[in-house]
Amino acid sequence: MEYFLLIIAAIFVNNIVLAQYLGNCPFLGCSRATGTAVGMGGAVIFVVTLATAITWLVQKRLLEPMGLEYLQTIAFILVIAALVQFVEMFLKKVLPPLYRALGIFLPLITTNCAVLGIAIICQRKEYGLLKSVVFAAASAAGFMLALVLMAAIRERLDTARVPRALRGMPIGLILAGLMSLAFFAFSGMIA
Amino acid sequence: MIAESVLVLFGIGLGSALLLALASRLLYVYEDPRVARVEQCLAGANCGACGYPGCPGAAQAVVAGKAGANVCVVGGPASAKAVAEIMGLTVEEREPERAWVDCTGGRRAEAVYRYEGVADCRAQHLFHNGAKMCPEGCLGLGSCVAACQFDAIRMGPDNYPVVDPERCVACGGCAQACPRGVISILSMSARLTHLNETSDCLAPCRQKCPGQIDIPRYIQQLRRGDVAGAVLTIKERNPLLLVCGRVCPRPCETACRRNHVDSPVAINMLKRYAADWEMNSGARLHIPCAPDTKRRVAVVGGGPAGLSCAYFLRRLGHSPTIFESMPLLGGQLRYGIPEYRLPKAVLDWEIEGILELGVEVRTGLRFGRDIGLESLRAEGFEAVFLGIGAWLSSAMRVEGEDSEGVMAGTEFLTRVGLGADTGLGKKVVVVGGGNTAIDAARTSVRLGAEATIMYRRSRQEMPANDEEVLGAEQEGVKFMFLAAPTRVLTGPSGRAEALEYVQMKLGEPDASGRRRPEPVPGSETTIQADTIIAAIGQKPELACLYLPDQTCPLEETKWRTLAADPDTLQTSLPDVFTAGDMFTGPNLVIGAVGGGRRAARSIHQFLTQGAVTRPDKLQRDMIPYTLFSNVQDVRPRQRAETPHLCHGRERTCTFAEIEGPLNADQALAESCRCLHCGLTCYDRDPEPGAA
Repeated sequence: MEYFLLIIAAIFVNNIVLAQYLGNCPFLGCSRATGTAVGMGGAVIFVVTLATAITWLVQKRLLEPMGLEYLQTIAFILVIAALVQFVEMFLKKVLPPLYRALGIFLPLITTNCAVLGIAIICQRKEYGLLKSVVFAAASAAGFMLALVLMAAIRERLDTARVPRALRGMPIGLILAGLMSLAFFAFSGMIA
Repeated sequence: MIAESVLVLFGIGLGSALLLALASRLLYVYEDPRVARVEQCLAGANCGACGYPGCPGAAQAVVAGKAGANVCVVGGPASAKAVAEIMGLTVEEREPERAWVDCTGGRRAEAVYRYEGVADCRAQHLFHNGAKMCPEGCLGLGSCVAACQFDAIRMGPDNYPVVDPERCVACGGCAQACPRGVISILSMSARLTHLNETSDCLAPCRQKCPGQIDIPRYIQQLRRGDVAGAVLTIKERNPLLLVCGRVCPRPCETACRRNHVDSPVAINMLKRYAADWEMNSGARLHIPCAPDTKRRVAVVGGGPAGLSCAYFLRRLGHSPTIFESMPLLGGQLRYGIPEYRLPKAVLDWEIEGILELGVEVRTGLRFGRDIGLESLRAEGFEAVFLGIGAWLSSAMRVEGEDSEGVMAGTEFLTRVGLGADTGLGKKVVVVGGGNTAIDAARTSVRLGAEATIMYRRSRQEMPANDEEVLGAEQEGVKFMFLAAPTRVLTGPSGRAEALEYVQMKLGEPDASGRRRPEPVPGSETTIQADTIIAAIGQKPELACLYLPDQTCPLEETKWRTLAADPDTLQTSLPDVFTAGDMFTGPNLVIGAVGGGRRAARSIHQFLTQGAVTRPDKLQRDMIPYTLFSNVQDVRPRQRAETPHLCHGRERTCTFAEIEGPLNADQALAESCRCLHCGLTCYDRDPEPGAA
């Protein structure tokens, strides 16, 4: 039950994009078509889960024993960047089909604040390794949900009459704001 | 503390770098360096017109050998050459393609309603299939213009898209954006082989024409003063425009919407105007042909069907050879249609133009005697087109038919055409009511005889064209209606002297809707005649198909014509195709020309794809919702009259051409009468004299 609530909270109540405003760049950049959104979402789930597990180990096994917790941010950035590069090469060699599906999105995630954000949140809330991984996967799923919803709306937006000044990014931001308001309905559901 | 943190970060960095370095060694995937070089040569538009996911995808396909050097449709020949150099390939010549807009309606098409707020054709299409009455036409919201990355489409003044052929790279973006299929990406070959489909913008005249000529387009071009463009438009469907401009009985004009206002547009006179303009301009227009395929096709019969088939095969890049039994090409055009309707010089000029494209000809070779299917196949012809026409005359089935002085209409006209002795007497009776009968009678008049046409029904039932009947009357040909021959009376020398005939009366309508003539018993009479010409029907001479051991590899119909699929014109032998009178029985020139083109399309598919396809939405009959009982807001305007070149004795004593062409002013005025119809729309109240 604890994990169930954790997952629900991560996906809906504390949605990484719409409640915590992290990862807005890919949220607006990769939401023009649902196909792209699904690819990007998949890549994010993959990387976030892996990165959270690795950074958890770095924090607990390296930084904390040495009393270097203040290096958390910069160390995590370094580790995540190296990890994404490694994953890209690994997929290209070992799982070419998965590489073709996620490949072009992987470099976009290297310096994504959502990835770093999730890793750091896990540390702040002092989750264990398993709980961190579950939380990370659920948060990334929440990101994917927001991304796919946004893409679906924007596909319809293409055929709507939008005032010239608001076309493109401006209407996207308004839309993101409205979606965010809608997701606030979940707040308070889980303490 | 500083030293510690720097060391730790350095350590993490070094660790990651070593790990990545190791990984790049272990996990290295070889990528052909040529991929990057090939990609440099492509246009970089990522338009996807080549069918690969963007330029990197195309480059990979080229290196993998899945795509040719000319993969990039945007880069054109320059890109193809550069790619070929890198890959060590030779560039295959490829036919250019262009976006082609079929709709002519635009603003004129009536609106069902206007849904405010939808600014995109695709969205508009979701509501009741769009806001226009016409189910096929352009919605005019310009989704194609927005889709074009090359700025090659704009909305024209009539609110349908206009393609700039110089800028179009045929990427297909517009065609994908259009929910109505108004725009298609077509090569010239695709245009030449296209058959009318019910989703095309087909004006009634275009539906009716057996040759499927794009009539509104060429009339529009004439109206703009682009006569050369009009000639090329006609030649995409009909290589015999000088011939048809003179002899066509104009089925198209019966479908013209102007019939509901005054009289139809003189479509055929406009065709003749364009055709004569080219002939009199002193130079032939360049006719583009697709790149050579070196595939050889035998075309048996040099009549309209054979000429048309050979012409279209040549334009599709193949190498046709025409086999003709007569000394000269033209078939019934030369040996059946008299000089005064179609001067031989005109016919020669037209045929020469077709042969100049690279069509080989062998005359004096008769199918079934000098050549056969086996010998043609053995010589390396990959497909055979049979279009030997219908030259066998039906018999009158009366006593004394074999006497001297009795001959068949086609035989008589052929002898005149060959300049041979006809043995024509002074009093000629022509039996029959078709165009051959009229031609025979009018030719007899010109040879100094007195001609009478005997027909078993009345004037209304005559299958001959009205103008021809009228022309014959003006030249002094007498008509006997409701009379049928019963016996040829011969003199002591065995030569025909008179014809006994019986009066007929019209009974109940038969299957063809015409009233069946019945003889009136005891009403036999005789008429003086030293020459009797039987012109009561023709059929194909299929005996040539039979092998010496009396078997025929091809099926025939109960009407003694060659059996074939009516849409693909493929016979029971897959590599043998047919068209023209041999398939349809005696029919119009334009029917043979259209059949020749359809056969050429089938042969093209047979040679290039191995099988012949049939479009789903083929238009066979008139599309019901395009037929109106009246047209509104159109003022009557005088139709041009046929100019006559000769009168009086010059007309009845020589074979000089009778009908003349329109002059430029008349042609312009007549082209402005055209309502430029689409499926349901048409020009309302055109401005007088508007150009």
